[in-house]
Amino acid sequence: MKATLCIYLLLLCPVAVADVRAADTTGRDLAIACTGCHGTDGRSEGAIPPIASVPKDKFVALMKAFRDGSRPATVMHQHARGLSDQQIIAIGEYFASRSPR
Amino acid sequence: MSLSRREFVQWLSAAAVAGGTGMARAGRSDRIVGKVVVIGGGFAGATAAKYIRMWSPDIDVTLVEPNRQFVSCPLSNRVLAGTWQLADIVRPYDGLARHGVKIIHDHAREVDTVNQQVVLGSGRLLSYDRLIVAPGIELLYDDIPGLRDAATRSTIPHAWKAGEQTVILRKQLEAMQDGGVYAITVPLSPYRCPPGPYERACQVAHYFKTHKPRSKVLVLDANADIQSKKGLFRKAWQDRYPGIIEYVSNDVLMDVDVATRSAILEFDVVKADVLNVVPPQRAGRIARETGMVTANDRWCEVDFITYESVAVRNVHVLGDAVMGAPRMPKSGHMANQHGKVCAAAVIALLHGDGVNTSPLITNTCYSFVSDKAAMHVASVHRYDSERDTMLPIKGAGGLSEVANEAEGIYAEAWGRNIWNDVLG
Repeated sequence: MKATLCIYLLLLCPVAVADVRAADTTGRDLAIACTGCHGTDGRSEGAIPPIASVPKDKFVALMKAFRDGSRPATVMHQHARGLSDQQIIAIGEYFASRSPR
Repeated sequence: MSLSRREFVQWLSAAAVAGGTGMARAGRSDRIVGKVVVIGGGFAGATAAKYIRMWSPDIDVTLVEPNRQFVSCPLSNRVLAGTWQLADIVRPYDGLARHGVKIIHDHAREVDTVNQQVVLGSGRLLSYDRLIVAPGIELLYDDIPGLRDAATRSTIPHAWKAGEQTVILRKQLEAMQDGGVYAITVPLSPYRCPPGPYERACQVAHYFKTHKPRSKVLVLDANADIQSKKGLFRKAWQDRYPGIIEYVSNDVLMDVDVATRSAILEFDVVKADVLNVVPPQRAGRIARETGMVTANDRWCEVDFITYESVAVRNVHVLGDAVMGAPRMPKSGHMANQHGKVCAAAVIALLHGDGVNTSPLITNTCYSFVSDKAAMHVASVHRYDSERDTMLPIKGAGGLSEVANEAEGIYAEAWGRNIWNDVLG
């Protein structure tokens, strides 16, 4: 029984790993759109606000405010309008998990 | 399904990793799943090299770049105004080594795409599983007889690859008498950095206004109109530099007379004191010689999910050398985006994972109209699976209302962040 379970787990393993990877890279890949201006993993040095480690809920609220125009911006409203709710959440989760340095 | 031996070996190594715990990607770098060679350490190539190592330390990455230091074309027009020095747009390549990128300062002489090897100038061979070619542009002087001899380009510079040429042009502007004429010729689109010539006109005009107020700037454009931020540039020229900048459209450069610094155009001959010819362009030499140029004899068509060449397998092309998708500019920012999407795709391919089939990228391009004020054009692009290309998202993106100093501060911050993102 033990041996059977081990084999079963082994068989399952690659699939499980693949699933975790797919989930892992969604936010990372969407964040490509942000890091040209905001720096690698959102670690901005200058006047452009850093977004590394910003809590997800705060990030999502900010982006939605940019998108609907309630928060004034020079360029962020134009970028935010290219993103869906789901994409904003995925990006928010990614930056929340990044260390500020 | 048939597999070549190489593919089989790749599949085996990918399977080996997948069958393990997945730790290889998370930090263990002793098991190498593939070798990547990157040709060209500009905004696209250096970004790809760094991001592959950062996201997947189990991939061996070698970057081939002849220059010892990175010189940024974006923001280089500020050196022409004297606002910045050349040193302000130069960055070292050291940061990439910290990510484990092996850097070889040499040029890629040729690529053997059958045996998957790059031949360096030194004769050394580098084998690859995936090759990333980011050669930038080659300047085309074939149709400008007077400038075919490279030595003439220190008299009539292009300054379209930043570095020595930027300094040559700045020195000519400094040496010019007040009351002189600076003329810049603009090639037909597509060319590197669509707003670049018009920003340059602003930067030279700013220098003239503050140091040589009787001087003139002449923009001689082969195109029918200003190619980017048209209304914003027209307003900046009108409000800030009335009587200094003059714009001529639809006039193609046919030749130059080097001795008199004259531009011989289709409809006009213009004698200048400082003549700046931005010639037509095509993908860098190595892309052309290895069969990646497939569009108009100039640019490389790619699959925008992986940036793999449509002509050569296991070779990816990035940056200005790429035949752009609709409204995708040849910009440093866009090249940086190509680099990251390609890095993610190459990692997935070498691990036998699925590639992200819905990439999303952005472009934010600032132009300075004076020493302090800047303005932007921005766009968001998504993959359209019906048309198999990247398309700008309707309703997103846009322009500044007017050039302003707040955006000048952001533009400088953009430079610092993107240089770090490419190299740091």
